[in-house]
Amino acid sequence: MEAIRIRAIVSMQSRPKLRRHARLQYDPVRDAWALLSPERIFWPNEVSLDILRLCDGTHDVAEMIALLADQYGADEADIAPDVTAFLQEWSDKFLVTLQQVQEKCDAVFRPDLRENE
Amino acid sequence: MTEAILPPIAMLAELTHRCPLQCAYCSNPVELLKANREMGTQGWLTLFEEAADLGVLQVHLSGGEPTLRSDLTEIIACLAGRGVYTNLITAGVGIPEGRIEAFAAAGLDHVQLSFQGAHPQTTEKVGNHRGAHEKKIETARRVREAGLPLTINAPIHRHNMHEVPDFIEMALSLGAERLEIANVQYAGWALINRDALMPDRESVERQVQIVEEAQERLRGIMTIDFVTPDYFAIYPKPCMGGWARDAFMVAPDGTVLPCHAAHTIKSLHFEQFGDWKLGDIWRDSPAFNAFRGTDWMAEPCRSCERQELDWGGCRCQAMAIAGDAAATDPACIKSPLHARMGALIEEAARMGAASSDTGFQYRRIGKVAEPIL
Repeated sequence: MEAIRIRAIVSMQSRPKLRRHARLQYDPVRDAWALLSPERIFWPNEVSLDILRLCDGTHDVAEMIALLADQYGADEADIAPDVTAFLQEWSDKFLVTLQQVQEKCDAVFRPDLRENE
Repeated sequence: MTEAILPPIAMLAELTHRCPLQCAYCSNPVELLKANREMGTQGWLTLFEEAADLGVLQVHLSGGEPTLRSDLTEIIACLAGRGVYTNLITAGVGIPEGRIEAFAAAGLDHVQLSFQGAHPQTTEKVGNHRGAHEKKIETARRVREAGLPLTINAPIHRHNMHEVPDFIEMALSLGAERLEIANVQYAGWALINRDALMPDRESVERQVQIVEEAQERLRGIMTIDFVTPDYFAIYPKPCMGGWARDAFMVAPDGTVLPCHAAHTIKSLHFEQFGDWKLGDIWRDSPAFNAFRGTDWMAEPCRSCERQELDWGGCRCQAMAIAGDAAATDPACIKSPLHARMGALIEEAARMGAASSDTGFQYRRIGKVAEPIL
């Protein structure tokens, strides 16, 4: 029914966006931000929350890192590995999508390595 | 209670016991409620408002078949209006045209669709419903077209365990983000059908290998959640995340319970919504407080370092096998009755080998009475 499915890999050109079924919302009962998803609820800490808030599909990863570095008074090179690792993990958990500008092009030329097809 | 009672996070709403399928492992009580016992629309809406006030963030709309409730769109809209995450748990058979789109428009967040088999003949045999498989495929298509995320739920037992690789391929081809390979838990209908459903040890071990390999291979492509079978376990599961710790369920007539099998513990009385406010039930119901936290535990749980990992396991399984809801879950290797689990597997294998057909006692309203334990 769907096209061949491949794992999205984070790059500096990815434009992460929260998936439709993942919702970030403030919970007044617990006075905390919750990330709601099917079967699971996550409680992001302050840093995670700042990254998640930038996952709106308008910033690419390079811009996100620059914004976060500015916000935390840190070097981009220092925080980049953490940010990309988080985004890859959240993509693998189906909380964010990693859209890319050249996505269409990639999909056409990327070889398929799945077996038994 | 030495520990403070925290607000509940999730609830399971069994809106109805009516269902077009007759699965022999249904988690509903053996004594099913007819439509005239179901709580009305206003009752459910009031209950959901109180649940949101109490801190519930996620509601699983289940049954029976929840889409048989004509007020389901209204219920979804009410929950969505309160910011509550809604998950529709459906068999996906006989949903009228346009309804899934209406659920999506009302704010439904996610759909979990069950498949009894990865092939039409298995789905039909297990659910005892002709054409069920094709109808489910069509439902999956409509869910995707409505832009809703999809989980495929595959309840696994002796008669479909060999189809696990096909379930994985099917879920991929249906565009599901998530697949639940859920081995049947022996409560409710599954308990009276235990000998007909129990797999053998070799098949279970092969299944574990297949699922673990697929989880690795499909990382970032499809999530596979694996519910392993208790009878083959060394340690019990933290059933419901601990009794009355962060979740509860409501039966079609508004009875509020810590889990969907809790009614099998006859020494407990469960309050009905309407007689009591939801918050009062959560905090003060003697049934909710009976096994909350760790104070109720006897040995070997009392001195066990895992007591806050598994919260003593499943109270209903303790009731079913040990005959005592306060006993350690016999799934635990530290339980004096753990060997009984192994003996029940062997017994089921002998019974299964001796019978030519499935031997299912299909789920039907008013068909059988609860077994006396």
